[in-house]
Formats: sequence, C-alpha cells, structure tokens
Amino acid sequence: MRHLLSTGDLSREEATLVLDTAAELAQVSGRSVKKLPTLRGRTVVNLFYEDSTRTRTSFELAAKRLSADVVNFSAKGSSVSKGESLKDTALTLQAMGADGVVVRHAASGAAHRLAGWVDGAVLNAGDGTHEHPTQALLDAYTMRARMGRVEGLRVAVVGDVLHSRVARSNVLLLHTLGAEVTLVAPPTLMPVSVHTWPCAVSYDLDAVLPKSDVVMLLRVQAERMRHAFFPTAREYSRRYGLDRDRLARLPDDAIVMHPGPMVRGMEISAEVADSPRSTVNEQVANGVSVRMAVLYLLLGGS
Amino acid sequence: MCARKRAESDAEASGAADPTAPGTGTARTVLDGPEIQRALTRIAHEVLERTKGAHDVTLLGIPSRGVPLARRLAERIERVEGRAVPWGSLDITMYRDDLRLAPARALGRTDIPPQGIDGRVVVLVDDVLFSGRTVRAALDALSDIGRPRAVQLAILVDRGHRELPIRADYVGKNLPTSLRETVDVRLTETDGRDAVLLGPARPRPGEEDDR
Repeated sequence: MRHLLSTGDLSREEATLVLDTAAELAQVSGRSVKKLPTLRGRTVVNLFYEDSTRTRTSFELAAKRLSADVVNFSAKGSSVSKGESLKDTALTLQAMGADGVVVRHAASGAAHRLAGWVDGAVLNAGDGTHEHPTQALLDAYTMRARMGRVEGLRVAVVGDVLHSRVARSNVLLLHTLGAEVTLVAPPTLMPVSVHTWPCAVSYDLDAVLPKSDVVMLLRVQAERMRHAFFPTAREYSRRYGLDRDRLARLPDDAIVMHPGPMVRGMEISAEVADSPRSTVNEQVANGVSVRMAVLYLLLGGS
Repeated sequence: MCARKRAESDAEASGAADPTAPGTGTARTVLDGPEIQRALTRIAHEVLERTKGAHDVTLLGIPSRGVPLARRLAERIERVEGRAVPWGSLDITMYRDDLRLAPARALGRTDIPPQGIDGRVVVLVDDVLFSGRTVRAALDALSDIGRPRAVQLAILVDRGHRELPIRADYVGKNLPTSLRETVDVRLTETDGRDAVLLGPARPRPGEEDDR
C-alpha cells in the first residue's frame, strides 16, 4: 500500500491491519506523553482546497503525535487564488521534500491525479463526491469498538448519498469487512449508479430501522446542491431525520453515527445526537488514532 | 497475516531462520524444554534476591517471545513468594531505529499493568539479547510511559555481538555465537514447544538484523 486513495483498494487484511494498528495507537492518546518518535524527520503536507477544520486538525494532530513535521496549506490566501494549477502546487511540494501529502479537493479524482505527480504517499482526505477513506476507516473502527465486530453488522446509511463521499467509502469498506449495508435516501438523493455498489437500497427509513445494528446519518450537503432535491427541510426531516420515536424502533443495542458536522433538528434531533447511543464524539477521537495508523503504515516503513 | 507476523517476529526476536525452511541446513538444540524451565526458575530467584522480595517489581515482556517469558517469570515469583507480581508487555516497534529499512510492520501489544511503572523497578524480559538495539528502543518507550525507579533486563539467551553499551542483569544462558549463526527461540505459547535452536544463517538480502 503506497497511497490511500479509496477504501475499495484495501483488502480485508489491510483494512483489519489499519484497525488493529489504530487500536494499539489509541493507547498513546491516554498517556501523559502523547508522542511517538516514529516519523521523526518526515514531512507531511496538509493540502486543503476545501474548508475542513475537523479532518485537517485530526490529520495534523495524528502526524504531530508521530513526530512528523506538518505543513498546513490551504487554498485560500495561497497561490491557488493567483491561478496556480494542482499540478504545479504538487511539484512545488515535491521540490520541498514532502514525504506525505494529505489532500482535500472539491474535484472527484483529484487525489488520484496527485498520486501520479508526487513521489510521496498521497492520502485522500475527501475528493469531491468520490471518497473519504479515513472517515470510513474511523467509522468501522468505532463500530468495532462499540459492537465488538464489523462482520455481520447491519448498517443503514441514511441521507444525502448522492453528494456523499463518506457513503461510498463506507459501502466499499464495510462490504470488504463483511457488514451488510443498506443505503436509505429520497430517490432524488440516490446516485444513478447505486445499483453497481455492493449494498441494498431503500427509500423507506422506518422499514429499515428495526433491522439495523448501526444507523449512520449523512450530512445534507447544501453547498453542493445547485437545485432543489427535496421540497423543504421540514419534509426531509419528517421522512429521513432521526428523532426519539425513530430511535425507539431500533434494536436496543444499536448505535447512531454521524460523520459531522451535524445539522441538528433536520438530520438528527438534538436529543438523539446527545444520547449515549450516539457515537459522534467517539468518532472524532477515534479519527486521530485511525489517521495515526494510516500515516504510520504509509510513511513508517521504507 | 498471522503467519506473516509470526515469520517477522521470528526474525525480530532472534535474527533466526526457520530451521524447517528449505535450504537452511540443520539446527542444533542448545536448550531443551526442561533446561528452559530451570533457567527461568533460576532467574525468578535471582530477581527476588536482587530486588529483596520483588515488592515493587513490574515485569514487562517485549513482544512477541518476551511476553510469555514475562508471564512465566511472574508465575514463578508468585509461587515462591505467594504474592502476585504485575506483568505486561511493551511493544517497541514505533521506537526502532531501523523502521525505514523495511516495510511498515504490524504493531505488537503494549499492556501496562494498572499500577503503572512510576517509581517501580521494571524488569524488561526478552528472549534473545544480540545487538542491544531492541533494549535501547524499549528504554525509550518506557520513558514515554512513565518514570521507573530502576530498569533491569532479563534475557533467556545472550548471544553476544553487542552494538550498544547494554548488558543483561539476568541471563538464562550465555551462548557464544558467530554472526553467521542464528538463534531461534521456540516457546510453547507461540510455537507449540520449548527449545532454543542454533542454526546456520539464513541468507539475508540486506545487512545483519538482530531483531
């Protein structure tokens, strides 16, 4: 494994290795010295063409806990606003000796292109509506930590599947790990190619809930919607939002996940978001361990 | 995955070749099961004597073979003193100085007993002492976890060829070896039987690696 561009590239063994490594590295977060010397002298560049506080901070913290030098590069206020292309930015980073590039870009496939231009490892931190592999890995890690396993879990992924890179990465990874995924969304928010994905599809959340061990809600990505995909937020919330009544229909040990940022009151009611069955904050904490694991496995060896 | 990890840790633990692998010649048994048991019993008594009853001793095994050895030592000390001695494991992978010479390897388990290591006498336990680099990494790892009062080293086989100023406090057997030989420790917990084998070196693509 040289780059992490898609969860579809991971074999079951590789994905399990990432999760196992993350489980060991999670101990570091509980120590008074939260640092390992593993990536000393290596440079990781966070190349963010889209705003993202959570993912960027998580990657930064992960790299710093492994003693790497971290350079944060955001497109705003950089030469990108002067018209520099992704390729030229990549070649600049290359010349500066970056060992790893964490890239977030609005265009699907940007990470893949970048991997062809730089020598270092490329980590996809979200490319357009395509993939967000470390998010899927931390979701799988959270499921395993809470439920004790991933294999055989019934996972409902609910919401804006069309614009979601999290949904695609999760479907591919969870399928590899042996979970059964059902995508639930209004027909207008379901991608045309969804029948080629290794998962089931439903338009009826209430029918899926009693058969789900995990409900993963997706953010409705208003910023990617150039026209209306559903009549009103209220109607979306009534049919696809998770509130107390719907939560009660889940099996007793089922958990509720959300990649964040949450739109409270629409995708998820505040009561559900703050309930002990919600893993939202655990997902953030686990994100650091999973990203440490990925950085170690990509940059730690020769 | 498991098989590969096993193979890696063989090389890690002792720089050893699998004597059953084709083309590696025959290996000679230098310690058999009962001899290993006696060596461990003697080390347990030495730990008790030197630490005056092992009241504040914590045993930490270095994965993979050091961990069952630490557990066995803890059992023996408990049998003699009638008091449990905390033991755990200390993975040193992230602290190795040769990480960049090989592909990234799977991590072992780090399991520190709930008492922690602050103010305690930590006895590091490993199967083979060779260049001393594993022990150096373990000392680094320890200092990130806490501040022991003292650190001691217990080893089943000391095969010599140190590259760092490190020596063991407790040694099961001193085994003078040539750099062209390999020492392979087998333990019931990981390999189905107890034995220390001395064999001819496996041809290596790179330079000599002790771990």
